[in-house]
Amino acid sequence: MHLKYESTLREPLVNGVKDYHKVTEDIISPIEAKPGKLWYVGFFISLTLLAFGAFSVTWEVYYGTGVWNLNKTVGWGWDITNFVWWVGIGHAGTLISAILLLFRQGWRTGVNRAAEAMTIFAVMCAGQFPIFHMGRVWMAFFVLPYPNTRGPLWVNFNSPLLWDVFAISTYFTVSLLFWYTGLIPDFATVRDRAKTKLRKLLYGVASFGWTGSTKHWQRHESLSLVLAGLSTPLVLSVHTIVSFDFATSVIPGWHTTIFPPYFVAGAIFSGFAMVNTLLIITRKILHLEDYITIGHLDAMNRVIVLTGSIVGCAYLTELFMAWYSGSQYEFAEFYKYRAAGPLGWSYWIMMTCNVITPQVFWFRKMRRSVMVSFIMSIIVNIGMWFERFVIICTSLYRDYLPSSWVYYRPAWPEVGFYLGTFGLFFTCYFLFAKYFPVIAVAEIKHVLKTSGQNFKEKMTPYEEQDAEKFAHDQAHAH
Amino acid sequence: MAAKNFVVGCFDDEAVLFPAVKKVRAAGYKIHDVYTPFPVHGLDHAMGLRETSLHTAGFIYGITGTTTALSFMSWVFTTDWPLNIGGKPHFPLPAFIPITFELTVLFSAIGMVYTFCYLCQLAPGVKKHVFHPRQTDDKFVMAIEVTGKSNAEEIKSFLASVGAQEINEQRAETGWWYGRFDKDDTLINERVTPLNA
Repeated sequence: MHLKYESTLREPLVNGVKDYHKVTEDIISPIEAKPGKLWYVGFFISLTLLAFGAFSVTWEVYYGTGVWNLNKTVGWGWDITNFVWWVGIGHAGTLISAILLLFRQGWRTGVNRAAEAMTIFAVMCAGQFPIFHMGRVWMAFFVLPYPNTRGPLWVNFNSPLLWDVFAISTYFTVSLLFWYTGLIPDFATVRDRAKTKLRKLLYGVASFGWTGSTKHWQRHESLSLVLAGLSTPLVLSVHTIVSFDFATSVIPGWHTTIFPPYFVAGAIFSGFAMVNTLLIITRKILHLEDYITIGHLDAMNRVIVLTGSIVGCAYLTELFMAWYSGSQYEFAEFYKYRAAGPLGWSYWIMMTCNVITPQVFWFRKMRRSVMVSFIMSIIVNIGMWFERFVIICTSLYRDYLPSSWVYYRPAWPEVGFYLGTFGLFFTCYFLFAKYFPVIAVAEIKHVLKTSGQNFKEKMTPYEEQDAEKFAHDQAHAH
Repeated sequence: MAAKNFVVGCFDDEAVLFPAVKKVRAAGYKIHDVYTPFPVHGLDHAMGLRETSLHTAGFIYGITGTTTALSFMSWVFTTDWPLNIGGKPHFPLPAFIPITFELTVLFSAIGMVYTFCYLCQLAPGVKKHVFHPRQTDDKFVMAIEVTGKSNAEEIKSFLASVGAQEINEQRAETGWWYGRFDKDDTLINERVTPLNA
């Protein structure tokens, strides 16, 4: 009898009758099969978007940032909005894989691989925006502190924009390392059961020669734990630093100390929404409903309603402080140009999508409905895009000088650029879903006997037993 | 690198594996390694492996990052090119914290992953002997080294008595070599003269 197990009061993390081999079969066999029609359609659409994005960006690089509708007042528009939006989405992966690992949340095992992949792709998309916003993108390497012939004149280490360079690149690197070290054993699984020579060769290279030695597993566990420990403050620091881009300036609506926690909560909120969007589709298409269960969706929806409410509190705090601070600029910003004014509609979209609609998740039935979860995940993503748009554009379109007040709407290359990052994101995700184990196989096997449905059911007679009788039986078991 | 002879036993369940490891060790056989499809907690202790010090390495890499970031930024702003930025001090410690933190994490993570790969001898193109194709799937594979003192047949029957399902003898390379998993490297094993020759 396997004595370490989870109470049957907790719902199983893996449904159905499974053993170790079945887990491998379920998760690895989609890699070995030809992708379905839907995959090709989706992949083709993504590639088209990516191509259109590349065209828009080329256009922008060739003619300069003037082709965007940015102007003297609104210097940050769709580009930085999209940057913050994608980085925010990129927060859920590391949160799931790192923070939930430290909190010993078993349900993370079903979703962490895909969520981490999503993080990496989202950060890749995010990085494009500040880079191409530079205009002379061929000089992007100027942000690196390297010995140069200009003095050497160094970068400004006091600038939050430079902190961003370090934060985003560190975040990307560490997430990638964390993700890949987790993938190595699973690639070895694909390699060892591969039937074709090409697959054996490629997964052999990708698995780095992993054999599953006990000593290696011991080191692997230690590595994962420390990387989780490092990533936990890292994930919080990244969006904190992104919020510093705004908070350290003196623009009304930006210059607030609430920004770091508010941004981090918002990032987790939007990230979990994107995880839901992707996983609801993935579990359906790859038939992984047994591994990404309704319980998983429920858990993520709980995080969504929690972080959504934190974000809601932050919105109200902002409104309160705009009045309470006595600063007429803050007051005008929030009450005249955000909640009202020509761009006021974006504020109310944000409020509706982020604060009001997620409240449906207080109801268990809603949290456990796949359809509601999917629709809500889209709504939250829209809402969080508008949050960044509201923060950036409504603060900029009404500045201290009424003569430079403008309205802002994007030009086609800005929209094209944004669509292009969707292309990049989904192209990567489609490739990932086809060629990578979308669920951490080894980790599922690790929790299978404690929280798999068929293993839990075996424990029912013991659970129903009288405690004293159980203790008595066990004392004589050996 | 040298090829050695092994008796290999496969177990279906970790619950059988644990007592088997204990018995094999008590009988005095030398367990070369146990290969498992997932980390089996406590197996390292059962096999008498020492704790890994990888986290200590991570800590050292981390402080290296901290020191690098702090000393470099201080040197740039106070010595190499003291620049007046809005009348702020030349050594603004609070403003250095974000980059210092990021570099600490970066150095630690990269250093640890490289150390992990070095210690476990993992790299693209590296090949090792796989005792059983399902050791990364659902089998727990124990490889016992056949030394001059032990007898392969004896180990086989002992493994069978402790619950191993599939038992065979293999001659295998203990280390790694550059190779492709789609090709059999027979040459490697033949380079060394067999033990019994």
